[in-house]
Amino acid sequence: MTTKLFGTSVPRSEDARLLVGGGRYLDDLGHDALAVAFVRSPHAHARVVDVDVTGALEVDGLVAIYTHEDLEGPLAEPLPLLIPHPSILAGRTAHALANGVVHHVGEAVVMVVARDRYVAEDVCDRIAVDYDVLPAVVGVRAAREAEHLVHPDVPGNVAAHLVQEVGDARAAIAQAPHVLELDLEVERSACMPLEGRGVYARWEADESRLRLWSSTQTATGVRAAVAAKLELPLSAVDCVAPDVGGGFGVKIMHPWPEEVLVPWAARRLGAEVKWTEDRREHFVSSAHERAQLQHVRVGFDDDGRLLGLDVRFWHDNGAYLPYGVIVPIITSTQLLGPYKPGAYRVEFDSLYTTTVIVTPYRGAGRPQGVYAMERTMDAIADHLGLDRVAVREANFISPSEMPYDQSMTFQDGRPLVYDSGDFPASMAKLKALVGWDDFEAVRAQARAEGRRVGIGVACYVEGTGVGPYEGGHVQVETSGKVVVATGLTTQGQGHETVFAQIVADELGVPFEDVTVTTGDTRRMPYSVGTFASRAAVMSGNAVGLAARNVRTKALRIAADALEADPGDLEIVDGQVRVRGNPSVGMPLSTVAVLSNPLRYAFDKASQAATQFVVGDPDKAPVDEDDEPGLEGRDFYSPAQSTYANGMHAVVVETDPDTAEIRILRYCVVHDCGNVINPMIVEGQVHGGVAQGVGGALYERMAYDSDGQLLNASFMDFLMPYATEVPDTIEIDHLETPSPLNPLGIKGAGEAGVIPGMAAFASAIEDAEGFRISSMPISPSELFELRRRFAAGEVPAVSRGVS
Amino acid sequence: MTEQSIDVALTVNGVPRTATVPSRRLLSDVLRHDLRLTGTHVGCEHGVCGACTVLLDGEPVRACLVLGASVDGHEITTVEGLAEPDGRLSPVQQAFRECHGLQCGFCTSGFLTTVTAYLDDTPDPTREQAREAISGNLCRCTGYQNIVASVLRAAELRRERAS
Repeated sequence: MTTKLFGTSVPRSEDARLLVGGGRYLDDLGHDALAVAFVRSPHAHARVVDVDVTGALEVDGLVAIYTHEDLEGPLAEPLPLLIPHPSILAGRTAHALANGVVHHVGEAVVMVVARDRYVAEDVCDRIAVDYDVLPAVVGVRAAREAEHLVHPDVPGNVAAHLVQEVGDARAAIAQAPHVLELDLEVERSACMPLEGRGVYARWEADESRLRLWSSTQTATGVRAAVAAKLELPLSAVDCVAPDVGGGFGVKIMHPWPEEVLVPWAARRLGAEVKWTEDRREHFVSSAHERAQLQHVRVGFDDDGRLLGLDVRFWHDNGAYLPYGVIVPIITSTQLLGPYKPGAYRVEFDSLYTTTVIVTPYRGAGRPQGVYAMERTMDAIADHLGLDRVAVREANFISPSEMPYDQSMTFQDGRPLVYDSGDFPASMAKLKALVGWDDFEAVRAQARAEGRRVGIGVACYVEGTGVGPYEGGHVQVETSGKVVVATGLTTQGQGHETVFAQIVADELGVPFEDVTVTTGDTRRMPYSVGTFASRAAVMSGNAVGLAARNVRTKALRIAADALEADPGDLEIVDGQVRVRGNPSVGMPLSTVAVLSNPLRYAFDKASQAATQFVVGDPDKAPVDEDDEPGLEGRDFYSPAQSTYANGMHAVVVETDPDTAEIRILRYCVVHDCGNVINPMIVEGQVHGGVAQGVGGALYERMAYDSDGQLLNASFMDFLMPYATEVPDTIEIDHLETPSPLNPLGIKGAGEAGVIPGMAAFASAIEDAEGFRISSMPISPSELFELRRRFAAGEVPAVSRGVS
Repeated sequence: MTEQSIDVALTVNGVPRTATVPSRRLLSDVLRHDLRLTGTHVGCEHGVCGACTVLLDGEPVRACLVLGASVDGHEITTVEGLAEPDGRLSPVQQAFRECHGLQCGFCTSGFLTTVTAYLDDTPDPTREQAREAISGNLCRCTGYQNIVASVLRAAELRRERAS
């Protein structure tokens, strides 16, 4: 190995196929499969009185129509509650097809299988469903007031309730010299990958075997859930995540109703069956996130140091709770960020509403938590007349205090202990990058030109690389090519590239010789999935460990053949050779041949491993504690998460007349430990920042009070185009290695989105001179706030516009 | 109830093709499912995201807003037809690779076709123009900074290859 690949911007392996139309996404498979469409509820809450299919039966190309009555065994039961938690008081999950009552617009009531999707939709149009409409419960306030119940047996609409407390926060606040209270609101948004969900299944009748493809973030999870629902042995189900057109969290939820119904129909019909979600379906029948009402009460000293923090919030979990309470747990713990909160108390209710379910969206509760904490920091600074950064710095955990125990339980059930990080150094970098100390001059200059500008800052800590584990399998084939498999899935993060970088380094082979497969249960049946910025940490370390095992084995076999000591050997560019005497050695391809004692030669190279050529006649060809083949498998399972961190600053200009909000600068300081591929990490930051911009300024789910989603299309749900994002994102890195894993890495996937909303609120407040407490914020909302501020209905902040 | 079908003959990526398509079938579905050119992706089915953009007689169109039956006698270029005749990546494809202008790759085909047509008209765009050129296409992964860079790099590569 001449050059170390770890740490370099290696161009991506996957681009070769994706750039020429050679990717294989879910709907690119199974051209001849029967197509599925669903009749979905047009009501937010209703009893299904009758389903009349008579008008649909004559449609040419119709194959089957199913309702809940047709489902059998476990498939007729509610879908699983994936992540049980002691705080869950009343966990309700949907049925694969509605069982008498629907709880949100978009819930599947009838499944139609037909020759193609056009015909399936024709059939859906001709099925008449009679509903008895029940009251809708939309938004956190209505859920909390509980005038109407979403599930009649769930009082107060409360799905879960949790309190965590460190010290006596209320007493600490009571004794604090200064106390502030803030009400903060965040609306619903969603992941919105460009490719929706999709499932394709083939029942291999001759083998009694189910082959399943899903656009999922967890192939092993879907496999296990489908096997259970269809009462199949796990060994009779294969699941593959093909190329996936973005996930951002929504595809970690499983099994979707469609993921169990499509394979069920395939088996029942003895035919290939496929369902490809359309955009409207994605809006009304997948998942959303973000909506929370948050109340903060904080006590602090004259320097702005936190003495006590008491947070109460209400989380909108939608109609059902299949993913448990992961999102509010993350809010309640990651809210603490890089700070020491003094005494801390947090209490939340997770509430049912008659709207689409809530599962993690990139950031997963952190944007809301960071928003709460960073708005609090700004309010403290404003109250004391201190610099906003100085208040943050006064509360930072210092590097000498690492590892730092926040004395809480994180989303993985493990202690919230920060492993490393240098927050003062990160902030120093950010201040230098954005020119924090010179901003008053910028503001004065702008003012002189009749312009209104503001600067905002926000910090976060992100628990990444949550367990339980991931595995890696590495095999050197007799061609010398190296094939690698890990079970978690890929949605554009460049895993084929970064895992190949790690393996090529560990094994000493050219990068081009390494091929990586992800998300195929045939190649690696043990896996958890891609979420929580865990792929690089978990599978990166797993494939690294597996490659190390292969290297050890290769050196042992080569040492035997070369009559050398394994310790004297090295592997360079795929050649095992004697250190200091490179002319003595053999290619890894030969080692691979020798690793597998043969009776039958199949080519010239393999003749070298046959029984009359090699081996000690007095010994077993394969040792008792050995296996044939130059391959290795290993697993990485950390005791706890590793904590990445970062800080963003944004400079905005608000139009004095139209209240348009323009981004002038966006600066990021990011610390995800050792970086495998800087190009890919920066790409992740860029994408995250764009979603942060969307979440702060544009994206919201506009439900009316009847539970109709009014903007369920790309025409009306405003995701940023190139014209809405910062022209440049200025990035500086800090690399504080994680002491918890061999590669010293931390996750990077979600980071970019986390502090966006908080930073924008801070900057807009700074430009306008009044408190911003509800996000996202549109120009018309800002315009209205200006009017209310002028009328004395919105509190002023002392800095900013005079 | 049976559907009306129409025979169409068109040229796709320089190759004459024929298909018998139901009159209501979208061009995106004809390309993907009848002709099995799955590089053209469908992101919204209402002409907003741009993922399905193909070139119709050299001009970018949203294949989800065109009926397959209407392209009889026309020429279509899809992402599968962008590479150089010798199989090398086109300047636009190469630029996206160099600049990390794609992540999941789903929207990428639409960007590649859009930018290819744009640079035919505007071979030397400014940064502002490059951004404007891609402002009708949605990408949820990249944040667009690297796509703007890809447009500018593609213009450079075109000039290099031309000289």
